[in-house]
Amino acid sequence: MKNFFKIFSFIILFSGLSLSTQAAEKVEYLKTDWSFKGLFGKFDRAALQRGYQVYTEVCSSCHSMKYLSYRNLAEKGGPEFSIEQAKAIAASFEVKDGPNSDGDMFTRPGRLSDKFVMPYDNVQAAQAANGGAYPPDMSVLVKARGGGVDYIYSLLQGYEDPPAGVTLDDGVYYNKYMYGNKIKMANQLSDGLVEYSDGTTASVEQMSKDVTTFLMWSAEPHLESRHQMGFKAIVYLIILTILVYFSMKRIWSRIETEV
Amino acid sequence: MSDHEYTPKSKFGKWFNDRLPLLTLANHLTDYPTPKNLNYWWTFGGILTFCLITQIVTGLVLAMHYIAHADMAFDSVEHIMRDVNYGWLIRYIHANGASMFFLAVYIHIFRSLFYGSYKAPREIIWIIGIIIYLLMMAAAFLGYVLPWGQMSFWGATVITNLFSAIPLVGEGIVTWLWGGYSVDNPTLTRFFTLHYLIPFLILGLVVLHIWALHVPGNNNPVGIDIKKPSKDTVPFHPYIVIKDGFALLMFMIVFAFFVFYTPNILGHADNYIEANPLVTPAHIVPEWYLLPFYAILRSVPDKLLGVVAMLSAILILAALPWLDTSKIRSAVFRPLYRQFYWILVADVLILGYVGAMPAEGLYLLVARVATAYYFLHFLVILPVLGWKEKTLPIPLSITEPILGGSPNLATAKNKESLNK
Repeated sequence: MKNFFKIFSFIILFSGLSLSTQAAEKVEYLKTDWSFKGLFGKFDRAALQRGYQVYTEVCSSCHSMKYLSYRNLAEKGGPEFSIEQAKAIAASFEVKDGPNSDGDMFTRPGRLSDKFVMPYDNVQAAQAANGGAYPPDMSVLVKARGGGVDYIYSLLQGYEDPPAGVTLDDGVYYNKYMYGNKIKMANQLSDGLVEYSDGTTASVEQMSKDVTTFLMWSAEPHLESRHQMGFKAIVYLIILTILVYFSMKRIWSRIETEV
Repeated sequence: MSDHEYTPKSKFGKWFNDRLPLLTLANHLTDYPTPKNLNYWWTFGGILTFCLITQIVTGLVLAMHYIAHADMAFDSVEHIMRDVNYGWLIRYIHANGASMFFLAVYIHIFRSLFYGSYKAPREIIWIIGIIIYLLMMAAAFLGYVLPWGQMSFWGATVITNLFSAIPLVGEGIVTWLWGGYSVDNPTLTRFFTLHYLIPFLILGLVVLHIWALHVPGNNNPVGIDIKKPSKDTVPFHPYIVIKDGFALLMFMIVFAFFVFYTPNILGHADNYIEANPLVTPAHIVPEWYLLPFYAILRSVPDKLLGVVAMLSAILILAALPWLDTSKIRSAVFRPLYRQFYWILVADVLILGYVGAMPAEGLYLLVARVATAYYFLHFLVILPVLGWKEKTLPIPLSITEPILGGSPNLATAKNKESLNK
């Protein structure tokens, strides 16, 4: 009888597990080595700088990054452009400011303290320019998608001709990693689209990886200090736990009970 | 609380203690006789206190930077994550802390279920605990709404809409809760207020929970009443303090791992999309710790009955001291109950799993069977088991089984022991 119940509960558990494996039948994303994964994961500075270049030259014509400021580009743990470079980058954008003392709005070159300039004034303008689809803000995009970096990386390379029987409306494209396979963003990347200043070959794969790395940083700007602090915190906790364990053994040895 | 009379040594101490007996209280807490055979499942009470304090402290700091406004809440959370010094740390501790809190509370509850800690004379402790658990769920739900992401918004919409199931006045109540005709800014501000209030209510109830515990004293793995203080007990300090401390540190390592290395794994990606009343997410799911009840809610085809079933699933726990008719507390001496206990654990895990899946096909069927079994366990199996089950002989004191090796060995030797 006892065994029966044990087996019974085991079966229930097992069926639960097998159900979960069935549900895990999803699209396999493209895999690549991310430098920021793992206990000591850090961003690849060069990849972040290249990723920023891809973002500015390609993505930023439609996608905003409203939570980023130009000063972030020079901050520790990010692309780490020099202050001068970041200032130059900021100054290359026209920022709307005002009202001035005459009550007029005016434009001026960007400063480090400015947020990234948005491609459209508002959501409606963005939709009107993109066939009704709103290009999502990319600041936290990586964290806002189930597959995270792997999903974004795959999506950028997932454009294909639609399989037979799938008809696409005007302005809709087929992407094998997109939810429902239909996406309103056309394929943006092609080999050699940008010219990397560090001489890296701008293949679609390379650009996808670089820009996804950049997006990971923009979503988690403190990832590096988080990993560093986490390692210290956990090592500290483990040492303290060991010390407390021996103190506990010592204290409990005064009575004959095991702890 | 009548261990022995305590008199402070210093003159000032005596003067103070005569007016406010704080020193007597401190003395009671350090000397409090605790069963010496408490295992590590008993350390979760202390861990839960730590969780509550952590949530309150991190929550206070977050509230200094958070803006409870529908247009600014999402931005202010990103401001905390990016520009507030160590804001990311505070927020990730708070967000993962909620999950850790529930992990600990579920272990604490299931420990009670295994060792029969809810039985006389500890019914009041148990019922206060259930109220704390209900408030925790409310606080967690309200808190999840505050970042004003898609899951926040739609979770709030789904849960508040449950009240519309109440006949006649339901719709009115929902409008009243929302402060408008949909989840919007008034909803957010009141949710923030309530989210700030509830932890302090919980804190008060925790004091009552511990007070009520200190009247009969702790249950223990053997589940017998013990004389205190006696050979069976140890003073709370230093024995239990150091043991709780050790367990807490182990728990903190797990906690730290989540905070520093996978801070978003327990959340839902959609909550990093700002709330949009015009776009409904593909699947609206609550946080993992509410999933079993969500599964029960969805397994009933009728909305009102679903809500009733979900609430009953929690409230039935309050009746547990009377539903469990067995005189023996600990499952160690209840061979049949032990089996049903593990089936219940599996049942709740399954409910949690199907709660995360779409309510259709096989999942719905499994959810229905598991829901039925959940109620069957409490309403039929437990009462019947108390009458029918042939329990093992229980020892006279804690010291016996421990000195004699394993509890079962000792009880086998101990032929004349009580067999109720």
